[in-house]
Amino acid sequence: MTATTRPDAATAAGPAATSPRRARWRAPLGFALGALLLFAVAPAVLSDFRLSLLAKYLCFAIVAIGISLAWGRGGMLTLGQGLFFGLGGYAMAMHLKLADAGPGQLPDFMLLYGDSDTLPWWWAPFASPAVALAGVVLLPAALAVLIGYFVFRRRVRGAYFAILSQALAFAFSLLLIGQQATTGGTNGLTNFQGFFGYSLLDPVNKRMIYFLIAGVLLGLMALTRQIFLSRYGELLVAVRDSEERVRFLGYDPTLVKLFAYVYSAVMAGMAGALFVPAVGIISPALIGVVPSIEFLIGAAIGGRASLPGAALGAIAVAWAQTTLSEEFPAGWTYFQALLFIVVVAFLPGGLASLGRLLPRRPRLRSRRAPGADPEPEPDPREAPARSGPATAAASSSTTTAKEAGA
Amino acid sequence: MMSEHELKSLEITDLRVTFDGFRAVDGVSLRVGPGDLRFLIGPNGAGKTTLVDAVTGLAAAGGSVRFGGNELLGRPVHRIARLGIGRTFQTATVFEKLSVLQNLDIAAGARRPLRTLLRQRRGIPEEVGRALETVGLTADRDRPAGTLAHGKKQWLEIGMLLVQDVQLLLLDEPVAGMSHEEREATGELLRRIGRDRTVVVIEHDMDFLRAFASSVTVLHAGRVLSEGTVAEVQADPRVQEVYLGQPPETVPESVAAATPGVTAEAAAAGGAVEA
Repeated sequence: MTATTRPDAATAAGPAATSPRRARWRAPLGFALGALLLFAVAPAVLSDFRLSLLAKYLCFAIVAIGISLAWGRGGMLTLGQGLFFGLGGYAMAMHLKLADAGPGQLPDFMLLYGDSDTLPWWWAPFASPAVALAGVVLLPAALAVLIGYFVFRRRVRGAYFAILSQALAFAFSLLLIGQQATTGGTNGLTNFQGFFGYSLLDPVNKRMIYFLIAGVLLGLMALTRQIFLSRYGELLVAVRDSEERVRFLGYDPTLVKLFAYVYSAVMAGMAGALFVPAVGIISPALIGVVPSIEFLIGAAIGGRASLPGAALGAIAVAWAQTTLSEEFPAGWTYFQALLFIVVVAFLPGGLASLGRLLPRRPRLRSRRAPGADPEPEPDPREAPARSGPATAAASSSTTTAKEAGA
Repeated sequence: MMSEHELKSLEITDLRVTFDGFRAVDGVSLRVGPGDLRFLIGPNGAGKTTLVDAVTGLAAAGGSVRFGGNELLGRPVHRIARLGIGRTFQTATVFEKLSVLQNLDIAAGARRPLRTLLRQRRGIPEEVGRALETVGLTADRDRPAGTLAHGKKQWLEIGMLLVQDVQLLLLDEPVAGMSHEEREATGELLRRIGRDRTVVVIEHDMDFLRAFASSVTVLHAGRVLSEGTVAEVQADPRVQEVYLGQPPETVPESVAAATPGVTAEAAAAGGAVEA
């Protein structure tokens, strides 16, 4: 068998096959650059108003990195992230309302609409900051486990999964609207005075919230990157591309997909929770069908399988939405839809994949560089092949084609 | 290759698979012992692939399939796989976007403790390195599997079964579309692998069968028509009759030419059924 194998200089390496070695320096550099922009440049050049807008966009970026794992790597079209964003957001908002009202008091809106002067039982635990913070993570996680387990077990996939996700987000926003006395209805929960003891009216504290969000975003990006590069990350791509085949290797794809789905739900929940102090409101209009789609658009345009692509895409689209819709209120929605369609149809990897369309010859060398390679000495047979990869690879592949056809 | 498992047998008793009233497998009983390199042949629609589907949990079946004392029927696919049973498909199904190394590492991973999943792969795990050598893909390890030639994809699949540490290999037309040299190499590989494992090969290529089969089972219309050594089966008049009434020597070409392309689609659809 060794007679028929040839040393090929690597040809046409796909994105997933790209060795992490090349990314070894790029990732920390990008990370450092991101930290510099977020922590030094943005606060210096942006007004308080623009900075608080950026804080909002960063929340969308947190949702987007969850989407890039579940959708970009896992192939699950998570079209209903508003559901989890809302759970996290409301968990946080309920706590802030209760803290504002003070011990034993009702939140202001309940005094207006409420038909009862006692706090609903499911509000009470959120008076505790620990419960509220745990709820931000555990509520989305628990619901995602429940949904995901049954959905993936039944092998619901593709468009059906997307529609189901969307329907759930829609149902949740309807539920909130219908329960005005206890949820604030269409108005949502708003008018927050403080955030864990700090006044939200103080611009300095608003800045601190921006820094908190920026820090959480960078931390979660680093964590998600580890998951991308882990064996699980490879397995998830395998499940996306051939779920049946993975089953025959002894894995249960249900659990593989479930992890990514729950992870993305928790990301969305945390983003929702951070959104509340940054923007000062959470309402059904912010978590329904349209926002759920918009969460996705940024990731799609930036590049759903690329972590920085998804995050930057989410920020850029949200930014463009604010600035362009100030200029052309009517045109933006159409432009956004058009951009989405063009990217999905012609550039599935998003803008992040543009770089890969360029000639990749210069990368070959660094890709093959030793480093983490456990083989101490390079295979001597590779030397001639590398000096003339085009001819060697071409001639060998034609022979193979002939052999296969014979 | 690497395991110290006790050698196990595949025992199929009265296996029945029905699709919409059509009996694809109709009471097949079959025993394949360790060290055997069993070839499963038969005309199109004989139920060969369906039988493998039933053993691996893809098709619901009646009767009994036991491997090493464990009943397989009724278990989900991934649990059957964990009992040490692996298969390939008529169309090579590898993870095209992942590299050869990643493909093998994933195949090896189901046996590893859960925590290794969340870590990054460093270097080449020992069993993966050995499998790369065994199937001769060491030089191709960083290539995306989708760019491999057809024959190499089949070898990669066999390599995946090896790192999976399966005790029973079910191979569906492993040499279809291969060159003569590749067939030879594959046959030698199967012989080596088969020494301490149970190997069942579905094949149409009679030259390949004659060269490498240690025993043969002929299926026809969902039943076992004949069983024995290559010579015994070839001498069996019922087998000659099934193969268009021709003497067995002239059979190979017609059979080999008529079949592989036809059933490839069924495999692409998830290795389902040959009609």
